[in-house]
Amino acid sequence: MLIFSVFKTLTDQQVTVELKNDLSITGVLKSVDQFLNIRLDNIKVLDEARHPHMMAVKNCFIRGSVVRYVQLPSEHVDTQLLEDATRRESLAAVKR
Amino acid sequence: MEPSSIQEPFDLIRLSLSERVFVKLRGDRELTGILHAYDGHMNLIMSDVEETIMLVEGDQPGVAPTVNVAKRKLDMLFVRGDGVILVSPPSRT
Repeated sequence: MLIFSVFKTLTDQQVTVELKNDLSITGVLKSVDQFLNIRLDNIKVLDEARHPHMMAVKNCFIRGSVVRYVQLPSEHVDTQLLEDATRRESLAAVKR
Repeated sequence: MEPSSIQEPFDLIRLSLSERVFVKLRGDRELTGILHAYDGHMNLIMSDVEETIMLVEGDQPGVAPTVNVAKRKLDMLFVRGDGVILVSPPSRT
C-alpha cells in the first residue's frame, strides 16, 4: 500500500520503466493501481533501433508483474517521509 | 516489545533504512544504494544506486567462462520485489 501511495504522488511526472525483457520506456505516469500496473502517456523507447515495433506506440498500460525497475524523479521523492512511513507500516504489520 | 529489537527477518531490513544496502537480484544483477522504503513484497525504493550486471559468456565444458561486468548509476529507483534474492545490511566496520 505504501509504494502504491508513492506512485500516486508521482502521477503526471516523467518516469522510466525498465521491463524484465530489458525494454526501457520513458513516459508520463498517468495512473497506477494496487497491483502497480502502470499507465504511461507520451512514451519513448530508449533503444528504438532494437525495438522498432514500439515506434508507433504513443501510450501504454504496463502489467505490474513485468516491471523490473522504475526510475523516479528524485526531486519529487521525500526520502525522510518515505522512511518514516515504512517504519510505521512495518510496525503495523507486526501488530496484525 | 521494544521496536528496535530483531524479532523477524524484516526487522533486519527496517534497521537498514537510510543506510547503504547491497541487493542481489535475479538475472545476475546486483545493486548498492541507500534504502528509503520497502514493503512486504520486498518492493524497494533506493537512491544513489549503482547497478552491476554480470554477463557470463562461454558455457562450454572445459572452457573457463569469461565474465563481463557492466555498471551504471541511477538516481532514484523503485525495484520490484519479485526480482529480489537478498538484501544485505551495510557492513559495519
